[in-house]
Amino acid sequence: MEQRATRIALGVWSALVVLFLWLPLALIILYAFNKSNVQSWPIPAYTTHWFRAAWTSEVQTSLWLSVRVGLIATGIALVLGSAAAFGVARFRFFGREAVSFLLVLPIALPGIVTGIALNSAFVAGSINLSMWTIVVGHATFCVVVVYNNVLARLRRASPSLIEASQDLGADGWQTFRFVVWPVLSTALVAGGLLAFALSFDEVIVTTFTAGSQNTIPLLILGYIRLGQQLPVVNVIAFTMIVFTAVPVLLAQRLMRDTGVLRRTAGNVTEAVESAQITAV
Amino acid sequence: MAASLDAAQGLSHRPPGRPSRAARLRLSGLFWRHPWAKALLLLAPPLLAFVFVYLASLVALFISSFWTIDPFTSEVRHIWNVDNYRTLWQSSAYHSIALRTIGIAAAVTLTDAILAFPLGYFMARIAGGRSRAFIFVAVLLPLWSSYLIRVYIWRLILDHNGVLNWTLRKVGLPAANIGYSNWAVWLIFAYVWLPFMVLPVYGALERIPESFIEASRDLGAGGVTTFRRVILPLALPGVVAGSIFTFSLTLGDYVTPLLAGGASSQFIGNVVYDSIGSQQIPFAAAFAAVPLAVMGVYLLIARKLGAFEAL
Amino acid sequence: MTRIKRGHVLLAAMAAALCVPAAGISSGNGLPTSIGKGEGQLNLIAWEGYTQPQWVKPFQKATGCQVHAKYAGSSDEMVTLMRQGGGSQYDGVSASGDASLRLIYGHDVQPVNPNLIPDWKNFIPALKSPPHNTVKGVHYGISLQWGPNTLLYNTKDVKPAPTSWSVIYNPKYKGKITVPDNPIQIADAALYLSKAQPSLKITDPYELNSTQFNAAVKLLSQQKPLIKKYWALASDEIDLFKNGDAVVGASWPYQTNTLIAAKAPVKDLIPKVGATGWADTWMMSAHAKHPNCMYKWMAWVSTPKVQAQQAIYFGETPANPKACSIMNKLSPGSAAQYHCGASASYFKSIKFWKTPVAACGNGQNDCMDYTKWQQAWTQLKG
Repeated sequence: MEQRATRIALGVWSALVVLFLWLPLALIILYAFNKSNVQSWPIPAYTTHWFRAAWTSEVQTSLWLSVRVGLIATGIALVLGSAAAFGVARFRFFGREAVSFLLVLPIALPGIVTGIALNSAFVAGSINLSMWTIVVGHATFCVVVVYNNVLARLRRASPSLIEASQDLGADGWQTFRFVVWPVLSTALVAGGLLAFALSFDEVIVTTFTAGSQNTIPLLILGYIRLGQQLPVVNVIAFTMIVFTAVPVLLAQRLMRDTGVLRRTAGNVTEAVESAQITAV
Repeated sequence: MAASLDAAQGLSHRPPGRPSRAARLRLSGLFWRHPWAKALLLLAPPLLAFVFVYLASLVALFISSFWTIDPFTSEVRHIWNVDNYRTLWQSSAYHSIALRTIGIAAAVTLTDAILAFPLGYFMARIAGGRSRAFIFVAVLLPLWSSYLIRVYIWRLILDHNGVLNWTLRKVGLPAANIGYSNWAVWLIFAYVWLPFMVLPVYGALERIPESFIEASRDLGAGGVTTFRRVILPLALPGVVAGSIFTFSLTLGDYVTPLLAGGASSQFIGNVVYDSIGSQQIPFAAAFAAVPLAVMGVYLLIARKLGAFEAL
Repeated sequence: MTRIKRGHVLLAAMAAALCVPAAGISSGNGLPTSIGKGEGQLNLIAWEGYTQPQWVKPFQKATGCQVHAKYAGSSDEMVTLMRQGGGSQYDGVSASGDASLRLIYGHDVQPVNPNLIPDWKNFIPALKSPPHNTVKGVHYGISLQWGPNTLLYNTKDVKPAPTSWSVIYNPKYKGKITVPDNPIQIADAALYLSKAQPSLKITDPYELNSTQFNAAVKLLSQQKPLIKKYWALASDEIDLFKNGDAVVGASWPYQTNTLIAAKAPVKDLIPKVGATGWADTWMMSAHAKHPNCMYKWMAWVSTPKVQAQQAIYFGETPANPKACSIMNKLSPGSAAQYHCGASASYFKSIKFWKTPVAACGNGQNDCMDYTKWQQAWTQLKG
């Protein structure tokens, strides 16, 4: 066990870091109540006006687009990412390292490179920019997130499980349903959640793959450009924090009682640590 | 084989009309005998998607870096040349932009590693279940609030009359003039990428078995020696894994320098973005090759240090 | 007589039938002769402040065309956006003079029929068929508004009140100056040098030979240590001035109006030497998906009321002089403040943005083209 002084020092350091992370968020929430439409400090007056003003049809359309893009990209990522992870984890073949490296590229490369590469490809192929081109752009890094997560889980699971299942007479489908799925499910859920979060907040690749549509991040960028209704941006951020806080806290609460938290924490850790995320 | 399996499980008494199961068993058998078929089926869709969509477009982009554009209509002319690379090599402005980008990326990585390591250690080895869960949620939640807004709020905090200077003046200290500067850019990057460093570090530290530490003490090592020779080497892959995030995300970003940078805060990403904006695709592609090369080298080093196993 | 009359009537009826224009049927030169039914949607690329709810909401209500605007902060961005996805992403763009010719020659915009815009014939003569949107008699857009790039300053911190562009090159305000992040800013330096260094013989700030160009770039590199930030977004400059990071700089009237509304102590002016400026045109994309809505929009923003509203909001000058009286009704004195109905000499004192090309106006061909301006600007910022 570490010395008491060390433990206290580390505790204080941790508290300061968490404070560092949360102080700006508290300010974001505070500024959402700013009466003036130009942000400055100290805040001259407070109002809840922006909460009503924020819910425009433009915001609703963008929100719906972001949700759709996120769901589809995550769906594609779950299928392709797990398939790729299985292929790489279970089989030795020539070029395995190269495949593994290739699948990490979308996250290792700067988002702007992915963005302009895809944009040039769409222009060359005369493909109109639309929701589907955004989905393609997001799918590239979402696949990587799920791939890395499932791969990490497969590396820890024993391959003999599948053999044993087949020895017992199960066919492919039964093996999947009763052996593979329980092992993978939390990895897939964690990876999927993370992929969705990344897609929802992504701005750089989206700038180059969106047509005239706006996802929420693009809409926020538009509001920041205009500089006329900046508190609306804070309202959107505040809403996002609240809406994601609730399920995360709830999940944490449920897991705590069943001791699953350690395992879940491990899942999400794997998911995030292996996902070189482009939160931008 | 399928029939014998059925018999072995006493399935022969089942109604004969279950061809689907027999077919599935035959298929499973096929895949068992020919594993490459299974590999192919699993890998083909994602690889094809990647190769055709992603890799092909990347290759096309970098081929275009060897072309040029018509000055007035800005259309790409397929005339092979290395002018773009020569411009990059000769002009000192692009050197300083590249060095600034790489330098700040390295500084951000170092800062986040220093901030995250003690926190990860506390979470993994000292905190009780409840505190650990609390800190976990506290570190993870900021990831779900918009990146743009987090950058923008820092711009407001570091303003000349922003929260930071207001607080400093209230306690009698001189105002810090770090708004719209490279210091601001470094600070903001360290802030937004911090959760991505905390989680792999936490994961790596959590996996160190307590028995290793006990063994180290049994062998007579003090706290510092145990840390230096047991904990740090075992946690290093996690740190390197986290550093891949912080480094590559900073290397390729242009939004933070655009919003919060000063007069001399251009990053490689900004030049690429401006070049695209002014139709100079070949030049943008040429400059974009720089972060590509840097990340290639970084990933090779990271692999040697075992970061990929920590993933 | 009845027979003749009937014959005449029949002939007339036939002629009338032939002349009745159906929706969008083109006349001989391919242009539509009437505006058809709206398609329900309109995608625009606009400068910040050009699509305010004040005049967009009534438009949507009257025509059913839902407006989606994407903002761009520079002509470069507008050209890029217009070319994305084969050019059919957007229906229209509010292009300034330094983007319009690029768009025309790049075949990104299509000719329009100005006769479909009822207010067009009331426009000031200089903006009915200006060279930046009309080529060989073919109109590629409808002029919108025009205005200057202004000198903005904080009345509390900049004393005495500035009268010349020299203040933004003055080390007295080191670290408190801001100018636009746009290669066309080189023209502003050239304009200043046209009076400050007459030996350079700069006549047109957009047509610079290498000596003149290098002098302008040198002035800007001397200015660089004084700059707090090159503003790329209008809100950058608003934040800089509101929060005390900048006290003087080059600006658009839009920022001035926003800052004054937010009670910041600022003022702007156009120095005697003149200023660069922009004359904007609404242009229709060559592959517009909603051309009828675009025509309706162009007609709408040309009406005196909308011209007045936009002029006051952004701080620019309408192309339609009938807006001047309405401006004074909405905001007394605004017509004179924003030079509505100004004389031709004021119009000439503004050096409107145009794309620098190698061909100098005087027969020489050694002027710097825009690519060189962009590279110089990037390298200058470092």
